[in-house]
Amino acid sequence: MATTIADDLKPLHHPKTWIGKYVWSQDHKVIAIQYSLTAIGIGLVALVLSVLMRLQLGFPGAFPAIQPENYLQFVSMHGMIMVVYLLTALLLGGFGNYLIPLMVGARDMVFPFVNMLSYWVYLLSVIVLVSGFFVPGGPTGAGWTLYPPQAISEGTPGHQWGIVTMLASLAIFIIAFTMGGLNYVTTVLQARTRGMTLMRMPLSVWGIFTASIMGLLAFPALFVAAIMMMLDHLAGTSFFMPAMQSMGQATRTVGGSPILFQHLFWFFGHPEVYIVALPAFGIVSDLISVHARKNIFGYRMMVWAIVIIGALSFLVWAHHMYVSGMNPYFGFFFATSTLVIAIPTAIKVYNWLLTLWRGDIHLRVPMLFAIAFIFTFIHGGLTGLFLGNVSVDVPLSDTFFVVAHFHMVMGVSPILVIFGAIYHWYPKITGRMWNETLGKIHFWITFLGVYVIYLPMHYLGILGVPRRYYALGETAFIPHSAHVANEVISLAAFVVFAGQFIFFYNMIWSYFRGPKADPNPWGAASLEWQTPDTPPKHGNWGPKLPVVYRWAYDYSVPGHARDFIPQNEPPA
Amino acid sequence: MPVAIAIAALVLGSIAFHLFSPWWQTPIASNWGSIDSALDITLWICAIAFVSLNLFMAYALLRFHHKPGNRAHYEPENASLEKRLTFWTAIGIAGMLAPGLAAWSKYVNVPKDAAIVEAVGQQWQWAFRFPGPDGVLGTAAVKHMTPDNPFGLNPLDPFGRDDILVEGNELHLPAGKPVKMVLRSKDVLHDFYVPEFRAKMDLVPGIVTYFWMTPTVPGKYEILCAELCGIGHHEMRGTVIVEPPRQFAAWLSQQSTFGQIMAQASPTSLTALLANANGCIAPAENRGIY
Repeated sequence: MATTIADDLKPLHHPKTWIGKYVWSQDHKVIAIQYSLTAIGIGLVALVLSVLMRLQLGFPGAFPAIQPENYLQFVSMHGMIMVVYLLTALLLGGFGNYLIPLMVGARDMVFPFVNMLSYWVYLLSVIVLVSGFFVPGGPTGAGWTLYPPQAISEGTPGHQWGIVTMLASLAIFIIAFTMGGLNYVTTVLQARTRGMTLMRMPLSVWGIFTASIMGLLAFPALFVAAIMMMLDHLAGTSFFMPAMQSMGQATRTVGGSPILFQHLFWFFGHPEVYIVALPAFGIVSDLISVHARKNIFGYRMMVWAIVIIGALSFLVWAHHMYVSGMNPYFGFFFATSTLVIAIPTAIKVYNWLLTLWRGDIHLRVPMLFAIAFIFTFIHGGLTGLFLGNVSVDVPLSDTFFVVAHFHMVMGVSPILVIFGAIYHWYPKITGRMWNETLGKIHFWITFLGVYVIYLPMHYLGILGVPRRYYALGETAFIPHSAHVANEVISLAAFVVFAGQFIFFYNMIWSYFRGPKADPNPWGAASLEWQTPDTPPKHGNWGPKLPVVYRWAYDYSVPGHARDFIPQNEPPA
Repeated sequence: MPVAIAIAALVLGSIAFHLFSPWWQTPIASNWGSIDSALDITLWICAIAFVSLNLFMAYALLRFHHKPGNRAHYEPENASLEKRLTFWTAIGIAGMLAPGLAAWSKYVNVPKDAAIVEAVGQQWQWAFRFPGPDGVLGTAAVKHMTPDNPFGLNPLDPFGRDDILVEGNELHLPAGKPVKMVLRSKDVLHDFYVPEFRAKMDLVPGIVTYFWMTPTVPGKYEILCAELCGIGHHEMRGTVIVEPPRQFAAWLSQQSTFGQIMAQASPTSLTALLANANGCIAPAENRGIY
């Protein structure tokens, strides 16, 4: 095979210093690790905030240090960190960066310098976000949705400075994401190795690719909303501020529309759900296929489902606003579009299950997490139908049912996938293997624990328990048993919280002491397992790029001795 | 293997939890039984999907988990199976959507004979206004708000004079009569939420929102704010008392009208009140929406 321009290693500029290799690195793998560690680090802050919230909800009054303003700040920061700074950053900045070039057979992202910049700007956004904890008045307590007028009005914690750091951080994050997202999209379109057609790409790449395009289209809505609210707050404009009072005094604002902000926010916010979900869908498809030793069932349908979900997700945003006071006739359209999106989503679930059917299922830790994902995602997806179904949403909106639903579908589910993915690719990333027993203990605590947390929460919501309440107090329709349920939920949350340290211990210990890993311990067919070195070196492929001859799912092909055929194995 | 058992156990446990948990909807006290039925239908269809999909998964894990010498079946796709699954899913979706949309079309179409009641929210309390004998609420705006005119009624609008103003978080409603709840916020977003009525809607400063319902069961119910409105959000409570029409009428007759309140106001207060009112009633203000 002739050497091509893509085989040339010189344009990669191998780093010469330690700082060039690990700090100002342009290697997508190092950037991926930087993104991941930063995201997990800030995610730990969100995790601690959730424990503080559960202390208050389970045992109201027992912790006088937690005042209403603190509670609302915990709620707001927890939500925003989890959705944007952990899940988006980890799935796209982390897994996107690591997996795309390796899975499509590229030496790196097409714009390595911009990729590096993306990480450092992301880090800046995290620092600005965290600075909110230290400004006068503390971080914003407006809820992660930051609805005006409340977000910038008296009576809301952090309405003076906390909201400024939050909006600034979001704007900076979006700049970082745009640099990363353009890179992911361009790399998938332009840097695939010979033979890697779009319809041979692993579904992980399809999920991350589609989510990146969606992010590039959706984040600008949040960006302008953040800038406009910043102007309302600092420059006295009235984009979102009507003629109103604040603490009994008329403000100088006039004519703005609070609902306009909600439209902009959810035009970003709903696609954001799928920006998180689609990479998770893709990754979990690959985990299931590899560990069931069976091709993903209905690959073409799976690709189309990802693309259709991505497109439809831009037409459903106002299902978050059925009781917002927008024109109620919108409800007919948005309920229909929302329930239609359930069809391609259901197809994905069927195909995961049909991949298991007649498979040769190895129940290793990554697979356990993938199975747990299917369970929690079915649960969370179905409760979404209640909330999408407009009139059914009316009694349920703004209750614990909503909290339980979105935690199941976009908290627990993607995080289970992330755990599965970390266990799955850890041997490739570090060259070492984690401890199986600790992995299983971590799995059982996490999977069973989250169900104890969230199943009862749905029922409290159906009862009518409102969300974002510092304390339920004496409320006639809330029986004593509901308060007991809140205690049990809190206790389960503390156990799940503690269980995560088993994971961190396992990962850190194995990095230094774990046994050396096989280059392809699971017998996976996709390209990232076929690198000449483990972990892969800068440039990924040594002197020659791989050539791809088949799709990523040749498992248990009849007539072959081995139960998988690597993508770069030539036809016999 | 344990994971297959765990999945099956979680499914059965969820069913048991559903049957035995003490938490379900509060007893309904309004006409919105159609919302409850839509919820029940959604629940049943979703429950069937939840149970069958997960039990299928548990069975597949049990039957096809790795044993030495096993090999997976090779079947890239099965178009006819995928089509059938898509079809039945679409049927299930339509089955939930139809009752959901039917209930919604009732929710958005206010009966012509509905009485109008206004709920006004501010951080962190409720106030209420009835239109009085003329059946029309007077126009209101933030610029008219003074300590003596907390509702911000336009003092020059004759429709406002007979409006009955109720402060102090307690609302009375007649049982069995449809009510159009007209919602207005003075400061930030709020949401008028009475779990027993099922209905709710945000209060949005700058615009007037609404929903309607017929309270059917006399009794005392709690009003909660269901849209985050700051540190006092959880304490923004009110009470609604649904009572037979005769008792309601007696209660209403004891409340003061805007005209009565103006008549008792001091001259300085009246000057302040009139300072912002201009001669003509702006047509763009709220009346058109009522």
